Amino acid sequence: MTHYLDFEKPLAEIEGKAEELRAMARENEDMDIEDEAKALDVKADALLKDLYAKLTPWRKCQVARHPDRPHCRDYIDALFTEYMPLAGDRAFGDDHAVMGGLARLGDRPVVVIGHEKGNDTQSRIERNFGMARPEGYRKAIRLMEMADKFGLPVVTLVDTPGAYPGKGAEERGQSEAIARSTEKCLQVGVPLITVIIGEGGSGGAVAFATANRVAMLEHSVYSVISPEGCASILWKDSDKMREAAEALRLTAQDLHRLGVADRVIPEPLGGAHRDRQTAIAAVGASIAAMLADLENMDGKDLVDARRKKFLSLGSKGLAA
Amino acid sequence: MNWISNYVRPRINSIFSRRETPENLWSKCDGCGTMLFHREISDNLNVCTSCGHHMHITPRDRFYALFDGGVFNEIAVPEPITDPLQFRDQKRYPDRMKAAQKSTGEKESMLVAAGEIGRTPIIAAAQDFSFMGGSMGMYVGNAIIAAAEEAVKLGRPLVLFSAAGGARMQEGILSLMQMPRTTVAVQMLKEAGLPYIVVLTHPTTGGVTASYAMLGDVQIAEPNALICFAGPRVIEQTIREKLPEGFQRAEYLLEHGMLDRVTDRREMRKELIMLTRMLMQMPPPTWGDLPAPGNETPAK
Ligand SMILES: [Zn+2]
Repeated sequence: MTHYLDFEKPLAEIEGKAEELRAMARENEDMDIEDEAKALDVKADALLKDLYAKLTPWRKCQVARHPDRPHCRDYIDALFTEYMPLAGDRAFGDDHAVMGGLARLGDRPVVVIGHEKGNDTQSRIERNFGMARPEGYRKAIRLMEMADKFGLPVVTLVDTPGAYPGKGAEERGQSEAIARSTEKCLQVGVPLITVIIGEGGSGGAVAFATANRVAMLEHSVYSVISPEGCASILWKDSDKMREAAEALRLTAQDLHRLGVADRVIPEPLGGAHRDRQTAIAAVGASIAAMLADLENMDGKDLVDARRKKFLSLGSKGLAA
Repeated sequence: MNWISNYVRPRINSIFSRRETPENLWSKCDGCGTMLFHREISDNLNVCTSCGHHMHITPRDRFYALFDGGVFNEIAVPEPITDPLQFRDQKRYPDRMKAAQKSTGEKESMLVAAGEIGRTPIIAAAQDFSFMGGSMGMYVGNAIIAAAEEAVKLGRPLVLFSAAGGARMQEGILSLMQMPRTTVAVQMLKEAGLPYIVVLTHPTTGGVTASYAMLGDVQIAEPNALICFAGPRVIEQTIREKLPEGFQRAEYLLEHGMLDRVTDRREMRKELIMLTRMLMQMPPPTWGDLPAPGNETPAK
């Protein structure tokens, strides 16, 4: 079952009709519907192309949050030949909203860290919808330290609505954990690269995305606050999320213009969820290219370059 | 680095600020409801003389009270570009800025200064909650970087007073990028072996708490200050339960191991002098009312 977004309703109708025709033909061999069904396919394709050619920022948020979009786990499973998950912050617990461990990209060992949202009710609850608690950031810090110690590059996959706003999370130092994770990102003397695969939600994303290179999938978003949150604060009306999404400049394209994203990874037509394999392969190619980019830099160069990059960010605004 | 001398100004400034708060005006304490003379409040660093409730204090007033003889030199902050995203909500961002500038008399939400406390040379930075909620944008990032660079150049500790509702939404992702930018500033201090002391004041929340405000060598908070990443209302909406009394307040954080100390504003100067001098391996301070430093030009 395809999950359609609200703006994809016309598309759902056409694709539904084509599907219905084909189902009827399967039951009744005399019916010749293929021409009609094919015509609907063409129409659906054209509409899909049209819809995705001009996605508004708010629609991009919806695509970025699409439940069928490939998640961290899908990328790890598909892109790495070996994956050894490592758990725990050694202080309080293990946060299932954050995946991480040792992995092999081709022959090359790396440390991979990412937010995982889950893909059905049970796993979403288990993963806390990708909203990390302090233990998740502290696990990431531990893994980054390990990478630094053994000279392994770090690949982070960002996909979170934000850090979890919960009682225990606050008591155990959510702010401190995020601040230390960002600090650790700035300290490691190994290549650190990030792909924003879905939602880059505020501080919860920065804690993993303070990287030498940041790539964003074409329809991913990265923002200081959710459009709904921004709308309820500045417009005093959470239904103004379309306006807020517009104003925040949170699309991969705007962030590329601002220098926050170093590259934009094209998605298959209709978004990563319509052709997961192609999307995953494109992310894999991008990770390889970014790591190759940093290959000849030593630890000090990597740290210096990372600092310089962030210090100079924003000096030109959209005019950059 | 440009220096704007404040050598002669403290007197004039205090007369000026008194003009805005005439002596015969009363104000009600938010904490206990007692009616207090404005003059009485300002002489007590905006702490209620009846219940000890800490009210808002501007960075400038804080610095007059903090530095020896009320003398400090403002450190110029490189100006970021205006309205980098051409942000519009119900108002234009530049209009919101102008309104904040007019109501506070300040250029932006952070003030950076060099001066001495108990004859201990320091750099201080203070965030102004009354300026657009103290929000962290490019300017605040530049201010903290300028403060750290000046501290490193002069070999002084940095004392930072935080107060903010979080990141400045009108600068979108660029406000978020101040988290790593200010963290780089903190790293400059650490690498130079210089103390970085954070004084968290009411309220310090969001991305500010999750970056420079939580990375101090010593973390002090003013009594009852709200300090959090997610605000209490957001949490109550998420978990659908009432939060306990005092949740996310300074004393609660102290109890949960997130702070070194909770210190009354009236004792803060003394503690900062002791702390900075010990961390800098300087001899014990001489107490008493110190006059302003002599006419020597501050080191550059
Ligand atoms: Zn009172």
